[in-house]
Amino acid sequence: MNRSEPAALDQRYLQLLPPAEPVQLLDDDGVLHENPDFPIDDLGPDDLRNLYRYMVVSRRIDKQAISLQRQGQLGVYASLLGQEAAQVGGAYALEDRDWMFPSFREMGAAIVRGLEPGQLLHQWRGTWLSGHNPYDSNFALMSIPIGTQAIHGAGYAIAAAFDGEDIVVMTYFGDGATSEGDPHEAMNFAAVYDAPCIFFVQNNQYAISTPLSEQTRAPTIAHKGIGYGIPGYRVDGNDVLATYAVTRRAVQRARAGEGPSLIEAVTYRMEAHTTSDDPTRYRTPEEMDEWQRRDPIARFGAYLSAEGLMDDELKDRIDADVETLASGIREEIYEAPHGDPMELFEHVYVDPPAEFADQRALLTRELDAGTNGTEG
Amino acid sequence: MAITMAQALNQSLHDAFEKDDRVVLFGEDVGTLGGVFRITDKLQERFGDQRCFDTPLAEAGIAGTAVGMAMYGFRPIIEMQFDGFTYPAFEQIVSHIAKMRNRSRGTVTMPITIRIPFGGGIGAVEHHSESPEAYFAHTAGLKVVTPGTPADAYSLLTESIFSDDPVVFFEPKRRYWMKEDAILPITTEPIGQSVVRRPGTTATLAAYGPMVKTCLETAEAAEAEGWDLEVIDIRSLVPFDHGTIVESVERTGRLVVVHEAQTTAGFGAEVAARVQQHAFYSLEAPVQRVGGFDIPYPAAMLEEFFLPDVDRILDAVATTLEY
Ligand SMILES: Cc1ncc(C[n+]2csc(CCOP(=O)(O)OP(=O)(O)O)c2C)c(N)n1
Repeated sequence: MNRSEPAALDQRYLQLLPPAEPVQLLDDDGVLHENPDFPIDDLGPDDLRNLYRYMVVSRRIDKQAISLQRQGQLGVYASLLGQEAAQVGGAYALEDRDWMFPSFREMGAAIVRGLEPGQLLHQWRGTWLSGHNPYDSNFALMSIPIGTQAIHGAGYAIAAAFDGEDIVVMTYFGDGATSEGDPHEAMNFAAVYDAPCIFFVQNNQYAISTPLSEQTRAPTIAHKGIGYGIPGYRVDGNDVLATYAVTRRAVQRARAGEGPSLIEAVTYRMEAHTTSDDPTRYRTPEEMDEWQRRDPIARFGAYLSAEGLMDDELKDRIDADVETLASGIREEIYEAPHGDPMELFEHVYVDPPAEFADQRALLTRELDAGTNGTEG
Repeated sequence: MAITMAQALNQSLHDAFEKDDRVVLFGEDVGTLGGVFRITDKLQERFGDQRCFDTPLAEAGIAGTAVGMAMYGFRPIIEMQFDGFTYPAFEQIVSHIAKMRNRSRGTVTMPITIRIPFGGGIGAVEHHSESPEAYFAHTAGLKVVTPGTPADAYSLLTESIFSDDPVVFFEPKRRYWMKEDAILPITTEPIGQSVVRRPGTTATLAAYGPMVKTCLETAEAAEAEGWDLEVIDIRSLVPFDHGTIVESVERTGRLVVVHEAQTTAGFGAEVAARVQQHAFYSLEAPVQRVGGFDIPYPAAMLEEFFLPDVDRILDAVATTLEY
């Protein structure tokens, strides 16, 4: 081994390397171990309670979505169970003016952003391809092809930088997506233009059934940033405080014009990949138990209680509010329209081709005759 | 004044940049170099490197960046250096650029122009002579256009840049140096209109892009046979104006569709289908398709055997006259 080698390396490159252990502020029992590199002194008691509430809401809405799927109200749904801290902590480090470019599992981030969860469920219900206007919330549409949205986020960040607008773009993808080309092109583009873009990877250990060990030979996902000259951070994604602190640091870098960062939030998906998946085929009960002990909400709740920031009364109140929210979503989905067939031709082109007139007329005739909508 | 198609395209870009400061152009080597075909010549020099800039060598990245920039409010023009290198960007173009408006229920507009130098006839190495237009014409949400003349190159590119729908703009690279008398800027013609480039009575030739000139040459050669051929420049594959062709066929009774792309499932099939649907009783003979063979684009020394030329088109006309 050449012991002089690390010292000979340019200091700038060494700074890009993630530390061996993920940043953790709360241990598995919820005891806080502060880290001067990743302070949380800007979080007041209300922020801490907000973080907790957002996680509980995310979990409850997730559960609601799964039961709606079981009732046939949603076609399919991709759960975030277990990933609440990663999504809530990361999103909480952004300002309202910042943008988010999600994958399809980011219900928790959307909730922090203030989207109506019911809106997002329309996509899973199959009524519309998406249910919200991204300009109302600075939350882009969910993207189904893996990793493709990373480059949209980079493009948005480059445009904002050109315009001198002070915003940060956070783009989300999974561990599996890091094998696709687009996130790499995105990281490279963002780095070349010093774009204010954060690449937030939720490493939930599996891409459907494929474990990380079969996805890559890189030491960690965070190491991939070095290839683009961007710093990689690893964080305990089940620790909402650490996720917040690490993301905040990346946000500060971006705002200071220092360019993009890659964050690997190490977490675990406790549910199936989607409601169509059977995870018992690829993971063991022992592994699940292991991660169950690191539950992000239980851990943070223990911390809040120990610090006197939450008592039973507050906890019950949060739980009751969340129940109300969940039943509201149930109502909303039961009553939601099934989609207007004539909308099929809307919004394809600003300026539609002439053929649309004939095709619309055909559908109208079929609808009038009642011959449409019957499965062949 | 005689201008080349390359000059017309370059002028269109300069004029669009002047007109709207949200127009930006990026791609591989488009800045300092002005593009490998010099279509973006002097844009960066004149408008700065935030309006016209070189990107890393990554086609998916280029197309995907355009999505983000369009969402932000820019009007991106992207250059694919060559036809055969559009494929890495295919995913971004068909899954996002084409669908974003529909997916977002009209809230996100994608005013993106994707410039692709396409087609053969310049003796290039493999992957530099492809005709991938049918892939894009088959994708709902995209417009697909290609000019056949220098003046129309100016017109169509200008219309594409200011279209709020995404446009795949195919530049017939072997016609970059083709000259025409024109004074720019010209009044532009809207996308979606085919035009008669040469009136005639014996049969109709319908073509687009590089084959428009070949068809005009064919019509000239046909005069020796006593045939008076009408030549239609399709200009826009999506939206496709079959009306002009149908009208022509109603007069001539015969149609030959010509393109460089492989014949099977090529755009010629669409033209033939529309014409038999709308002008069946006017047809004196089955519609003939003249295209490339159904093989990968051949090596440079053999491309002349692959590409439709005057003789192959004349033979097809003769076939229609046998009925
Ligand atoms: C380009 C592409 N290939 C395949 C799929 C099918 N697919 C959906 S999710 C998924 C796994 C994604 O894994 P990861 O990126 O780790 O995200 P996670 O689902 O774990 O959040 C696959 C293969 C897809 N959506 N897009």
